[in-house]
Amino acid sequence: MLRFALQRLVSLTISLIVASMVIFFVIEVIPGDPAAYMLGMNAQPETIAALRRDLGLDQALFTRYLGWIGGMLTGDFGTSYTYRVPVSELVLARMGVSLPLTVYALVLSTLIAFPVGLIAAARRGSGLDAGIMGATQLGIAVPNFWFAMLLVLFFSITLQWFSAGGFPGWDRGFWVNIKALTLPAVALALPQASILARVMRSAVIETLGQDYIRTARAKGLSARQTVVRHALRNALIPVLTIIGLQFSFLLAGGIIIENVFFLPGLGRLIFQAITQRDLIVVESVVMLLVFAVILVTFLVDLAYAAADPRLRRRA
Amino acid sequence: MSLIRVENLSLDIHGTPILRDVSFEIPQGKVFGLVGESGSGKSMTSLALMKLLPEGGDRSGRAVMDGRDLFALDEDTMCGIRGNEIGMIFQEPMTALNPVQTIGDQVAEALIIHGAATRREALTLAREKLDRVGLDGARFPLDRYPHELSGGQRQRVCIAMAVALRPRLLIADEPTTALDVTTQAQILDLLRGLVDEEGMSLLLITHDLAVVAGVADHVAVMQHGRIVEQGTTEALFRTRAHDYTQRLFAASAHRPEREPTVEDEVLLEVDSVRRSYALPRRSLFGPTPVLEAVRGVSFTLRRGESLGLVGESGCGKSTLTRAILGLEKVQGGSIRLYGREPISPTMPNPLRAGLQVVFQDPYGSFNPRWKVSRLVSEPFHLMPQTPADARDRINEALTEVGLTPADADKYIHEFSGGQRQRIAIARALINRPDLIVLDEAVSALDVRVRAQILDLLARLQESHQLGYLFISHDLHVVRAITDRVMVMKSGEIVEAGETETVFANPQHPYTRELIAATPVIPADWTEGKTHETLV
Amino acid sequence: MKRLPMTLIAGAALTGVFALAALISMVWTPYSVEGMNIAARLQAPGAAHWFGTDHFGRDILSMIMVGARTSIAVAVIAVGMGMVLGVPLGLLAAANRGGLIDEVIMRGNDLVFAFPALVIAILITAVFGPSAVNAIIAIGIFNTPVFARVTRGGALSLWTLDYIRAAEVAGKGKVRISVEHILPNIANLLIVQGTIQFSLGILAEAALSYVGLGAQPPLPSWGRMLAEAQTMISFAPHMAIIPGFAIVLTVLGLNLMGDGLRDILDPKLRRAR
Repeated sequence: MLRFALQRLVSLTISLIVASMVIFFVIEVIPGDPAAYMLGMNAQPETIAALRRDLGLDQALFTRYLGWIGGMLTGDFGTSYTYRVPVSELVLARMGVSLPLTVYALVLSTLIAFPVGLIAAARRGSGLDAGIMGATQLGIAVPNFWFAMLLVLFFSITLQWFSAGGFPGWDRGFWVNIKALTLPAVALALPQASILARVMRSAVIETLGQDYIRTARAKGLSARQTVVRHALRNALIPVLTIIGLQFSFLLAGGIIIENVFFLPGLGRLIFQAITQRDLIVVESVVMLLVFAVILVTFLVDLAYAAADPRLRRRA
Repeated sequence: MSLIRVENLSLDIHGTPILRDVSFEIPQGKVFGLVGESGSGKSMTSLALMKLLPEGGDRSGRAVMDGRDLFALDEDTMCGIRGNEIGMIFQEPMTALNPVQTIGDQVAEALIIHGAATRREALTLAREKLDRVGLDGARFPLDRYPHELSGGQRQRVCIAMAVALRPRLLIADEPTTALDVTTQAQILDLLRGLVDEEGMSLLLITHDLAVVAGVADHVAVMQHGRIVEQGTTEALFRTRAHDYTQRLFAASAHRPEREPTVEDEVLLEVDSVRRSYALPRRSLFGPTPVLEAVRGVSFTLRRGESLGLVGESGCGKSTLTRAILGLEKVQGGSIRLYGREPISPTMPNPLRAGLQVVFQDPYGSFNPRWKVSRLVSEPFHLMPQTPADARDRINEALTEVGLTPADADKYIHEFSGGQRQRIAIARALINRPDLIVLDEAVSALDVRVRAQILDLLARLQESHQLGYLFISHDLHVVRAITDRVMVMKSGEIVEAGETETVFANPQHPYTRELIAATPVIPADWTEGKTHETLV
Repeated sequence: MKRLPMTLIAGAALTGVFALAALISMVWTPYSVEGMNIAARLQAPGAAHWFGTDHFGRDILSMIMVGARTSIAVAVIAVGMGMVLGVPLGLLAAANRGGLIDEVIMRGNDLVFAFPALVIAILITAVFGPSAVNAIIAIGIFNTPVFARVTRGGALSLWTLDYIRAAEVAGKGKVRISVEHILPNIANLLIVQGTIQFSLGILAEAALSYVGLGAQPPLPSWGRMLAEAQTMISFAPHMAIIPGFAIVLTVLGLNLMGDGLRDILDPKLRRAR
């Protein structure tokens, strides 16, 4: 198990290095002169030169890359060109919204999908199953940001149960913020839960067709015991993959949905940075997002090995 | 005294008749063999007894055990009987165990589920049962996972699980079909021992008459969902009253008539061939372990000769076969076609035309989207250009293997397993090769079809003066169709010689072990009935 | 011949409606989508404007029709791009299974998977500015590893079969075998996956346009219509509801079609024995 974890850790590190190179290349090499690009067409040559010095653009490419990476490792993400504050400060504050939202949505999605998928599989072919399959088919087709708008229309504007948006901030207590994140999380979670429930259902059904299920039945287990004691854990293995993928979908979805609820998360930061051509912020936030996705993939791999003994070879 | 009595069991699945009026009794403490070809309904009979039939099954009849009709019991009661009074093991041990649970837990579960023991007691008992089936605690602790065990070991776990509660009836559905012959012998011994020691009855389902002859006290022969004949084993084997039984026996003992004329011309020369693979490393910095699949194999095959290669799984015969077909590089030694042209993955195409192959699986051997004409003529790719008389040659090849030219325009799914193997032979013949590698070419076929294909192979060898390299795990078949035989173990040829000499007077201990492990029908049971007994 | 499954018929009909609307929009729309008509702004659905008008008085039905064209074009091209790049990579990886090329392709795949379509779009937009073409590239890059993986998975199971061995014995190389034997036998798989990616592409295009990374004015797009509707949702909800339904129905149609295709094309069900 330890060996497996180490192996995955090595591949995680390689992925991060390559990903950082790709991001660095796109942001700092493709535009030619990032300073000129950031300042736009009407900039004075002196201003551009000053910014070039600020950004260290006069240094060699590789030195700049190492500087960027080294900075990030020590928590220095550079200084935002538009806000004139350290990017790390900006990002940290915004993460306090985006990350909880993603996790909240992931928990909701999983809590909904597991029982629903399991019931559909257990009652395969029944009216209930057909109903669940129909509902999830619809759920998959709904864009989460549109669903979010409908939720606002119904729960905020018509029923006035929730405020239409905004975020009080964590210093104002836990539950008010959870309440503020509830509609966005539901909007994110339901479409993903539809996917997950379908995966869960087919994984359980597939598992129930395996030879070892027949063995368990021949041992004297009832159909129900067979599902609980044998099918579930085996079905979990493909489901884990999807949960891992969903994290990145939810993270991206969260960034989009912030727009609907006026949440001060990474999404708002990055879209403003794009319009203002603040490449430093874009570069750091993108790297952070990619890091999060790679890290989750790594965790899923570990969970995989915990669930499936065939992956952890006896040393 | 009978333990269970099945009366007029009939079964339809989705309206298709599967079983018709199946009646038999299994006596207490005896082995009852149920034999038949694939599709005869023998597995369905066992699933019907366990009430584990697939959906859409419509069953009638009775199965009386202790005065109760099993078929009339509700599901809860049946759960109490399964694993407790009736245990069952299946054909495919590789997939029969839950991959994410330890073997100890899986054996213990049988005890826990029936309330026979607490978890702690159950694990102790599981240990005892695993010891009983030959998996000792030192090498096979309870926390092993199934993927760490071989097929035979997994089947032992399945047996331990099935007999954990000392059921009075054990149903074994082709329990040794997926196993090597020496492992098969051990598992059959184990089962027989359990019956004798624990007074259990065994319903043994198999396609192999010789297995039944060695183990069963009573036999029933099934065909098309009916029992055509049953009785005590020896009496039934001696009399063979029913026509189908006779044909089954004749086919399983069948030896094609061969008059081989072996010429001096060398077709294939294998000289000190070696091939090893790097295995995944065990520790981070340790050396890479190496599997030596083939360790210095040499032999020669001549025109008109049929050379057998036998060995159990993992002995290296698959690797050797791939190398001989020029699909795999060798790391030492050489393989030469006609004794001069080196065979390798980079050999020129026209040379390959001299060497063709027939594989085992009649279902995986053909691209399902191609018509037979295209399938059969695929080896024309080896020629500088497609022959002008391509169509005639396709027709000729099909005719030669007992099909008709009209079959050329059909798709492969329209053919049965035996017909597909004929098409595979036609494909091998199309370029008029000199040497054909037959890689378990009849192993997947039922006995009667197998006999026909063997006849066909013998006839073709004679008419074309072909060399055959006949690779098989089945000693009966190899004895029937080869002139010389080689026995392979752990990457080496441990014995080679004239087939009859080797079988009659094996020299190497492993050859003796193989021959001893191969089930046989006692010679005197068949006296005066068929030509002769095999092995 | 089996009867076509209901899901396929319903899905194809639903998708067909929007595809037809997109086609018609090329030659005719009820109103011009560029002209503003402030007098007719924010009308609820009615006889003159079936789906109502927006805050500039533009006819929403006409915009939906042109938007369908944008959505479908972006998604189709992105799927095409994913297939053209991903399928050969998957075939190549499977043909060299276990080897270095396989490893490199699969690790490359994992790397691209670490960049969600949105992140790719952010990167591209930050440097080149927003446009429908950039949305296509972002979604196309995202699709590539999906197709590579599906292709490799399907191909790997075929490479173990004896008919591939037979083709090798017939002197055929990896490329030829991949084209003659592997590709036709995984075509079904790719068609089904293509439908799924098509529907995901519609969703992704809408999301990117919604946040301003996709189609730019004056090109109408469903995602941008939703973005514009957002501030007016309390007094002109039809502006938000109608484009949303267009997306849902198109995606639903494609998904149903995918399910139906899987039912008739799945090799497991077709396997004739």
